[in-house]
Order: sequence, then structure tokens, then C-alpha cells
Amino acid sequence: MSMFSIFNVSGSAISAQSQRLNVVASNLANADAVAGPDGQGYKSRQVVFQTVPMGSEASSGVKVSSIQESQEPLKRVLNPSHPSADADGYVTESNVNPVEEMVNMISASRSYQNNVEVMNTAKTLLLKTLQLGQ
Amino acid sequence: MFANLTNALDFQGKALTIRADRQRVLASNIANADTPGYASRDINFKDAMASALGSNSSTGSSLGNKLTLAQPQTDNVSGSFVSTALAATHPNHIPLQSTLGTLGNNNAEELQYTTPSQPAMDNNTVDMDQERANFVDNSVRYEAALTFINGSSKTILSAIQGQ
Repeated sequence: MSMFSIFNVSGSAISAQSQRLNVVASNLANADAVAGPDGQGYKSRQVVFQTVPMGSEASSGVKVSSIQESQEPLKRVLNPSHPSADADGYVTESNVNPVEEMVNMISASRSYQNNVEVMNTAKTLLLKTLQLGQ
Repeated sequence: MFANLTNALDFQGKALTIRADRQRVLASNIANADTPGYASRDINFKDAMASALGSNSSTGSSLGNKLTLAQPQTDNVSGSFVSTALAATHPNHIPLQSTLGTLGNNNAEELQYTTPSQPAMDNNTVDMDQERANFVDNSVRYEAALTFINGSSKTILSAIQGQ
């Protein structure tokens, strides 16, 4: 039955979206992290989605092809009393933009819900097909 | 005789297969809603049904097709349309319809790109509202085909049993 591949397609999308949600969570968790002694602060990470063919031409799933670090400059805050401040009194913080991450989170959760809905519908239809003629 | 008995079932069965195929395509679109560069696709039900029934009259496209569809995506090598209907060259030839059809894995010629409604920065042409609407519409019609099959099979059964 061809509709069974919907579970593979939507399942791949769900796992990709949950990975995106994971990345958002680590970005938000590290939003206020300061740089260590090496001066390298946390760089915000973003997932890159890619289409993967699944069996036939009609069904194509999605996967996370790579996780890339943002190349934006790290935030530098003047705070001479901070223990991690450098010689000029600046503290290097992560380059996470919390607003962007929140938007990312909402988008990921909506996409996740959409795919769950698709799976539920496919399941209902398959069940009704199995009960055909009864 | 049995062919006459199950003609209606056969028709709805073909419709059901195309609906299932379309459901799969729409699920792929929804799954790839955030993939950069993904082009949304759809099946033109009218054309798919026409080629499944063996008639090649897939020219009239103005009949209530809400979706304006762009060029088929397949390359000419694998996606060339070959009619599976048998040619009748004599009036006494019994009209036969090939059961092979163009469904299943070979439905590439019905798969087409949807016309993007709003451009996106990442070249993704999935319009989530439209996809969701299509998905619900398609599942309702799938259930309708199921109901039709159920009804006619019950009719046939009651005719056989004579009760």
C-alpha cells in the first residue's frame, strides 16, 4: 500500500524538526555564556535541511544535512568588574540572537505539529481502508 | 459477467489509488516546508484519472481545475507518456482496457510543480495553507471513494444473497 510511505516521509520531517528544536534549545541555553580563557565564545548553531528521496518519485523526506555555526561577530560587552574581562574591560559573549531563536522555535514546533497531523490523517485513512467491505 | 458486476468498483478503486498517491505527494510537500530550494508538487487528478482509465483525452484543462500547473518535472527519457490502451483496428475487436495503467511507481507524468503563490527568499515554493487545504480535501475525497466502494460492494453482496 503506497500510503505507508507517508509515515516515513512525515517521520523524517518530525525527526529533522526535533533536531532543529534541539539546536534552538542549546542556543538559548548558551545565550548568556561568556567566552572562556581562549576568547572563543559560544557561536549560535543553525540546522540546514535537505530533501531526501524515499523510494518513489512522489515521496521525498527531509533530513538535517549539516549544522553550521553562525559567522556573526561575538558580542562584546563592557564590564570591567567581570572575572572574564580582558585588558580593556570587555567581556566576550555568545552571538546568539534570542529573538531569532524564539521565532525559530515557533516555526519548528508548528512544522512538527503539521507533520504529526499528516501522520494521524494517513493512519485514519489506512484504518478505514483496512475495514473496507465489513 | 463479473466484469459488469465490478465495473463500478474498478472505477472507484482507480480513483482511490490516485488519491493515495496524491496524499503521499502532499505529505512530502508538508514535510519539506522548511527545506531551502524545495519545489512544491502536486498531481492533477483529472489527467491522472484520464490516463488511468486509458482514455487519452487529457487536453481540456479548463474544467474546474483550481490549480494552475506548470510544466511536468520529469525528464523526457523516463517520463514519456505511453498509452497502455489496446488499439482496436476492426469493429469486431473486443475493447480491452489494460490493467497495467500508469499508476503505482510509474505515475511520474502526472506529477507537476505547483505555481508558487508567494515568493520566498530560499526558493521554497511550499504554501502551507494551500497544502493543508489540499491535504484535507484529498483525505475527504479518499474517504468518499472508500464509501462508494463500500456501498457498491454491499449492493452486490445483497444482490448475490438475495435477501
